[in-house]
Amino acid sequence: MNNKILLAHGSGGKLSHDLVGGKIIPPFTNPIIDKMDDASVFELSGRVAFTTDSYVVSPIFFPGGDIGKLAVCGTINDLAMSGASPLYLSLSLIIEEGLSFEDLERIINSIKQVVEETGIKIVTGDTKVVNQGNVDKLFINTAGIGLIPPGVNISGSNAIAGDKIILSGAIGDHGIAIMSQREGLRFEMPVESDCAPLDTLVSDMLAFSKHIHCMRDPTRGGLATSLNELATQSGVGINIEEDKTPLHVAVNAACELLGFDPFYVANEGKLVAIVSPTHAEEILNVMKQNRYGKESTIIGEVVEEHSGKVIMKTTLGASRIVDMLTGELLPRIC
Amino acid sequence: MRFIDEYHNAELGKRLIDKIHRNSTRQARLMEFCGGHTVAIFKHGIRQLLPTTVEMLSGPGCPVCVTANEDLDKTIALSRLPDVIITTFGDLLRVPSSYSSLQQERAEGNDIRIVYSTLEALDIARANPERPVIFIGIGFETTAPTIAASILQAEQENMKNYYILSLHKLTPPVIKALLDSGETIINGIVCPGHVSAIIGSNPWEFIPAEYNIACAVSGFEPLDILLCISMLIEQTESEQPKLEVAYRRIVRPEGNQQAIKLMEKVFEPCPAIWRGIGSLTNSGLKLKEEYQAFDASQVFNVSPEKSREPAGCLCGDILRGVKVPLDCKLFKTACTPEHPVGPCMVSSEGTCSAYYHYRGEDE
Amino acid sequence: MCLAVPGLVKSISGHEAEVEIGGITYRASVWLTPEVKVGDYVLLHTGYAISVIDKEEALETLKLLREIAAI
Repeated sequence: MNNKILLAHGSGGKLSHDLVGGKIIPPFTNPIIDKMDDASVFELSGRVAFTTDSYVVSPIFFPGGDIGKLAVCGTINDLAMSGASPLYLSLSLIIEEGLSFEDLERIINSIKQVVEETGIKIVTGDTKVVNQGNVDKLFINTAGIGLIPPGVNISGSNAIAGDKIILSGAIGDHGIAIMSQREGLRFEMPVESDCAPLDTLVSDMLAFSKHIHCMRDPTRGGLATSLNELATQSGVGINIEEDKTPLHVAVNAACELLGFDPFYVANEGKLVAIVSPTHAEEILNVMKQNRYGKESTIIGEVVEEHSGKVIMKTTLGASRIVDMLTGELLPRIC
Repeated sequence: MRFIDEYHNAELGKRLIDKIHRNSTRQARLMEFCGGHTVAIFKHGIRQLLPTTVEMLSGPGCPVCVTANEDLDKTIALSRLPDVIITTFGDLLRVPSSYSSLQQERAEGNDIRIVYSTLEALDIARANPERPVIFIGIGFETTAPTIAASILQAEQENMKNYYILSLHKLTPPVIKALLDSGETIINGIVCPGHVSAIIGSNPWEFIPAEYNIACAVSGFEPLDILLCISMLIEQTESEQPKLEVAYRRIVRPEGNQQAIKLMEKVFEPCPAIWRGIGSLTNSGLKLKEEYQAFDASQVFNVSPEKSREPAGCLCGDILRGVKVPLDCKLFKTACTPEHPVGPCMVSSEGTCSAYYHYRGEDE
Repeated sequence: MCLAVPGLVKSISGHEAEVEIGGITYRASVWLTPEVKVGDYVLLHTGYAISVIDKEEALETLKLLREIAAI
């Protein structure tokens, strides 16, 4: 009984149908995908948000998740960051010949769990199998469609001086969790990826308040890079405080040991929101009620000075620049 | 985290800064030798908190930055040998040599692996007994004993495929050379804390004794550094230079005797080429004859192309404390962390890299 | 390159020790600090314990810092 995926599984013939029709589509059954037409057809009205990302993380299984969970949460989160409710997803797999069925099923199951939690529908996709060595076990591409409710206007260029900056939780967990799996490292790290779908956190926030100006999920490049992007897009300065930025002890320890700065380490289940100052505390409280926002905290504010730059007040009370990430920090992490 | 958090206390930090302000009446130029200190000082914003009378100058204490191109070129040449696995600290990966970098060589398909420790390099050698595994040994006296221990481990296990390319350097000789050159006025030196964990504080006696310069050994947490600076200012103000240790929980006068013993068992001093300074006698470490079988520079015959230094790069002057990155025309223009011209911009402890990433608004 | 972090020695076996730093456990080498005992704090550099932390001196330093602060 063959337990590995073969090139033939991607060739479009009977084995392909067995794989796709037998293992990949059934867990995601819905009226659209069950039609198995070349294109999925549905109606939409309103402002549509559309995003895509490819996922090439290595290793494909890591503490707290896997490439499947990452691929779906990542795209859901991109939609959520523009204020959209995620509706439909495409799922494209490029599989390296020799990947075990067991691994693929684990990943499909992971995706299924997120789909069930969020209600998003996978409506189309593609599966290819390539020669050994042409991809690293599995690459995934997801594209997502969502609808932005009327009256919601979130954009990286909306920040204004005086706004408060809220971070939904501790930074660095995902990147360190990936790093901890690097072959040969003699560490045991109790660090799990924070990979999570943030659509309910965002919808809670938007349902409560119209005063949310910007949102971003600090993935590759970390919090520092996202804040710099927002400062540049909005043409404002950002001031944050080192002491207010939540950091789990083990992540801090790993960063100290390996010489990383947690501000540049990737997160996959966090968001940073820039909101009106008069409503910041209330929005913060709403975030803390959501399971993915319990450690939310206000970390800084938007200012007129030093447009495009992020300045951090250190523990000692001095201020220093927090630059964007330059160069490579970690191996492929998303 | 114990032995770290206590030394981040903001209140104690403020009091130390106040004390430095109260005591400092005259210009004092303090050189922090170690790249790790340069980074820590920038990260915590210490420069801005000091009075204008106190000037901090970065020194040549970044082992990556002071490695000359002709040595870096050797690492490139070794990486191109068939079957060789190069193991290296991550710091070296993106450093530009005359014509390439280890990162570029890796992209070309050569087997270059980042390790956190020689322990991992030994694991790789055990897992690949048919292939030569060469560890690029950079670092000062903090690191050299760990490489020595790895060679003794390899000897114990009768490993035949583990090699070291020793680019290790010693710190007291280069500080002596800097002070002898008189190129720049230095009133006090922040001595490297982790080098001193190994060699002890005794080797720094010569600084106050022969050069009449203030001297204190510092740790790396904010309070450690501020305590050290406070000590140095008291010395310069009273004109009574002496050797003090602001890192007594780690640094003993005699150092780590076992580490020194192992280092001396495996290595012996030799001349070494320091970027920006040139050749200094007895400032490097090479493997002793009895350990030649582990010496990559003896076992592998490579002849790299003629090395060349990048035009316009001021790394050498910056390492000697004669110039600062802002003096360099290439700083932030042609030379950035993405496209570094010299090592000081790409090393995690490089002065140019620290200036690029951390300079506060009011500097 | 002088990156070194303090950790707690949880167990020792021959040349190796399990050192705990902020919840992370590393299998370090104690070739350079053979005198180390379980319960000691060591300074970890590139996988090796390079120094045993003198807890008395650590307390003395903190005391000194507090005295300075009190002035």
